[in-house]
Amino acid sequence: MEQLKTIGRELAMGSQGGFGQSKEFLDLIKSIGEARSKAEEERIIIHEMETLKRRLTDPDIPKRKMKEYIIRLVYVEMLGHDASFGYIHAVKMTHDDNLLLKRTGYLAVTLFLNEDHDLIILIVNTIQKDLKSDNYLIVCAALNAVCRLINEETIPAVLPQVVELLGHSKEAVRKKAIMALHRFHQKSPSSISHLLSNFRKRLCDNDPGVMGATLCPLFDLITTDVHSYKDLVVSFVSILKQVAERRLPKSYDYHQMPAPFIQIKLLKILALLGAGDKQASEHMYTVVGDIFKKCDPLSNIGNAVLYQSICCVSSIYPNLKLLEAAADVISRFLKSDSHNLKYMGIDALGRLIKLSPDIAEQHQLAVIDCMEDPDDTLKRKTFELLYTMTKSTNVEVIVDRMIEYMISITDHHYKTYIASRCVKLAEEFAPNNHWFIQTINKVFEHAGDLVNIKVAHDLMRLIAEGFREDGDTVDSELRSSAVESYLRIIGNPKLPSAFLQVICWVLGEYGTADGKYSASYIAGKLCDVAEAYSNDESVKAYAVTALMKVYAFEKMSGRTVDILPECQSLIEELSASNSTDLQQRAYELQATIGLDAEAVGNIMPADASCEDIEIDKDLPFLNSYVQRSLENGAQPYIPESQRNRMDDISAIKSLDQRETVSHGLRFEAYELPKPPVPTSIPPISPAISAELVPVPEPYHPRETHQSTSEPSVSDDGASQVKLRLDGVQKKWGRPTYSSSPGSSVSTSTPTQKAVNGVSQVDNTSTVSSKPTSYASRTPEPEISLEKQKLAASLFGGSSKPEKRAPSAAHKTPKTHHGANKVHAAKTTVVPPEVPPPDLLDLGEATVTSSAPSIDPFMQLEGLLDESQVLSTENSKAVGPNKEPDFMDLFYGTTLSGQGSNFVDLLSSNKDDLDFTSEMSKVAAKTGQGETIVSNSAQFSKGPNVKASLEKDAVVRQMGVNPTSQNPNLFKDLLG
Amino acid sequence: MIRSVIVMNTEGKPRFAKFYDFQPIEKQQELIRSVYGVLCSRAENVSNFVEAESIFGSDSRLVYKHFATLYFVLVFNSSENELAMLDLIQGPTLSVFVETLDKCFKNVCELDLVFNYSKMHSILDEIISGGQVLETSSSEVMKAVEEISKLETASNSINFVSKTVSGWRG
Repeated sequence: MEQLKTIGRELAMGSQGGFGQSKEFLDLIKSIGEARSKAEEERIIIHEMETLKRRLTDPDIPKRKMKEYIIRLVYVEMLGHDASFGYIHAVKMTHDDNLLLKRTGYLAVTLFLNEDHDLIILIVNTIQKDLKSDNYLIVCAALNAVCRLINEETIPAVLPQVVELLGHSKEAVRKKAIMALHRFHQKSPSSISHLLSNFRKRLCDNDPGVMGATLCPLFDLITTDVHSYKDLVVSFVSILKQVAERRLPKSYDYHQMPAPFIQIKLLKILALLGAGDKQASEHMYTVVGDIFKKCDPLSNIGNAVLYQSICCVSSIYPNLKLLEAAADVISRFLKSDSHNLKYMGIDALGRLIKLSPDIAEQHQLAVIDCMEDPDDTLKRKTFELLYTMTKSTNVEVIVDRMIEYMISITDHHYKTYIASRCVKLAEEFAPNNHWFIQTINKVFEHAGDLVNIKVAHDLMRLIAEGFREDGDTVDSELRSSAVESYLRIIGNPKLPSAFLQVICWVLGEYGTADGKYSASYIAGKLCDVAEAYSNDESVKAYAVTALMKVYAFEKMSGRTVDILPECQSLIEELSASNSTDLQQRAYELQATIGLDAEAVGNIMPADASCEDIEIDKDLPFLNSYVQRSLENGAQPYIPESQRNRMDDISAIKSLDQRETVSHGLRFEAYELPKPPVPTSIPPISPAISAELVPVPEPYHPRETHQSTSEPSVSDDGASQVKLRLDGVQKKWGRPTYSSSPGSSVSTSTPTQKAVNGVSQVDNTSTVSSKPTSYASRTPEPEISLEKQKLAASLFGGSSKPEKRAPSAAHKTPKTHHGANKVHAAKTTVVPPEVPPPDLLDLGEATVTSSAPSIDPFMQLEGLLDESQVLSTENSKAVGPNKEPDFMDLFYGTTLSGQGSNFVDLLSSNKDDLDFTSEMSKVAAKTGQGETIVSNSAQFSKGPNVKASLEKDAVVRQMGVNPTSQNPNLFKDLLG
Repeated sequence: MIRSVIVMNTEGKPRFAKFYDFQPIEKQQELIRSVYGVLCSRAENVSNFVEAESIFGSDSRLVYKHFATLYFVLVFNSSENELAMLDLIQGPTLSVFVETLDKCFKNVCELDLVFNYSKMHSILDEIISGGQVLETSSSEVMKAVEEISKLETASNSINFVSKTVSGWRG
């Protein structure tokens, strides 16, 4: 210490006495020190840099000046200015013979350059030379540079010399050589894997400093591979014993502690080696016990060693006596006035508590003090401890405290962290749902934008499902309390988006359920939200859907619905929104309000968000149908996963001889511009759409082409429309269309195929009632499974499928197609229909057989596979395009055969679903727009026969006749 | 492993900075600024530890010591003992500075760090190498630094540290 003081004094004097530095440098530093603003400092430094640039280019600078310039460069760079113009001079300086200059050069390059810098190549050679130098100071300087500047590629260039230096006569060199090897190991473990034994050898070095240095690489090695070093346990223990017994030279004492840093390193290593190993641990007990006794509890470093001993004790095989000693130390730490010691005490407590949980109880008060301490670091550490201590008995207090703290902090990183912890604890230990909801509400209110959106969905699910076992009263109480709390919160400014979504959903679903609040009150609140957060589309979407629910429930209960003026203006505003999703919702809302009570009840059943959807994925009831089809010569179904494009091609070949499918054809198809997202096409049955909706017509022509190859297939009902529209430029789709189809009539040329393939929906609508077409639209089974999960997590199992599907039938007069579809969904109903999940399975071969007589469909079958590939590329576009359909549907224009599409939209309408997010998620997840359809198809499962019959009647009333190509199906439908 | 040693004054101006894994200059400045932001908002009489994960990434801790107009900061990961790190900056590194500070006026003290920039680096290189604490015996450190000075003088025709060295010899 005396010497340290001396050097300090010398340094102080040096600065005053010139110390070799020029007046210029002195002035620079002074002026920067006195600079009053950042701008002033900048100006000074820029001026300095210009001076240095000018001077450094001077060829005859005296060396001593040069050294100062380099130091000035380092200084300039430390202040944040790029001094790269001078790097080369620093590199040059490493070549100098003068020791001082060389060391300065090395210092500068280690500060300036990273290991991948271009200039390193100029230094490696110098380093090699310097490592062989007779002057150990040069060697040390070079080794310092090695630690910093050598990368994986240049390791071999210096490795032999570094290894040689392990046996150098100077301990300072040996130390640094070990550190260099350690660095190599960190950068590229394989580069020195054959040299690891050197570390063991150096452990026995005469010099304690070298031995201590060796512990660093050994610690890393043991961390990665404990078992190879178990044999060293005894050596480490004996070294630690010697150190603790003061066998090292006095010079290693530090604040009267014998070599504390070495003790700490050894204790860390022993903790690793003794973890879960009783035998190894037994060697350690005595020495660790001794350290507990010998450590000076008054000095900082003594406590550091004690803390490390606790860590060791908590890691190795437990020993009662040591645990007691550790507990004593912890209680002393916690009682201390020093925040540092309290901090260490809390940390140590967290470690020990895993072994002896009772220990926490003695320190309850101390822990609470720490939690209330103004020191953030200590607080956080305490929360860390509490987190590990949480049980169902104390969760309320702990989480309350955490939230309180969370509200008070501004650091986003930590806020996110602690919010997620609160949620996690609440989920794991919540004593009751009411508490859970209140807690999560608080988290959302204060850190909503930082919380995982999944939490919001879980919350919605919980409110919806409640405690099933507790019966409905408890549930409705829970909901009422949720509604009440949300109505209280909703007025608060600047609520996070995710939280608002939850609020809107809950208010929509349960706002009027207990009759406490009037519909117009809730609706008013919802409108306020939509208005206040007009920039947030998903909040608006939730709000609109919630409004729809509120009004629907009103209607069902037989009350007259008065749309609030603000609600009316909101609807109008959203109907013209840029967001198609919002538009869609607005139109849905309008349409729903216009319906009669019964229909509304079916679309929006009250409190049905938790109803389960049962999906029989194996579809056993279809077995006989499949069998029959196979007997009729249909191709067996090949799962998507087993297919590839080549197979597809061959399958098509075998199906249709006329089709000479070649690779060329495939490529041509892919080159076509992207298809107009098939699913998005309004599922309008030709006959009616011709009258009502002109837009979707362009699809029909393609259909015509398709059917031209087999004229008998063409849809009677649609034919007039088709004829009229033949050759019409497609509005949604590819411009190529109008030209290509006309020519290719009798044979399916590549182009035509592409067209067909692309226009899936088109196919669907032609073939509408055919299972084939539905089947062809389904994604792979895995995806639909994934979707189910997604739906479950997104909507908390709140979809209300059963009731919705039939309601769809009520709502819009459906064609036989739609009816068929819904009908098909029913398990009770006749075989020819493929049930929903499968309906959407694209390219399902079995289904093809249902229409064995019709070749073109089989072609289509093959083509659809392809088209799916195309459409996947397009999935993004699906969402937006979809919505227009939906509006169409609502205008009653769509008597389409696309039941799936229809139902999908309806379900999205009723569900809490955030349609947009669903879309984007699905798209992101599967990359396939169609999956959405599959999802909805599942929802649409299980309508009753009656409904579909009714629907059929409606269809008939409307004058739609079954198309010629599916008489059988129609017959089935009607029983 | 130690990630960096930073000395800055209470106005946030860096006086000495060494990063053991390379950081580009802009990043260095950003880190220094963020550290300063944290330190200057801390009250007195609180612990010397700060969680630095939001600044230096996961698994990083920070120990600092406020002395006169300077903050001494050590950033390291969980493989180091926090109390020991605190002692390290209080110990060998700081005592050099502290002694210097004792002798000088406030402003000059900070300047000393810069004037003796290369010497500070020499001392630190003796203590920490490649991010590991290499030598913690202060007398060993001093011996090494002294020896370097001697040899430098001997090998050096430009004898501009003679005064200092003679002081050490005495």
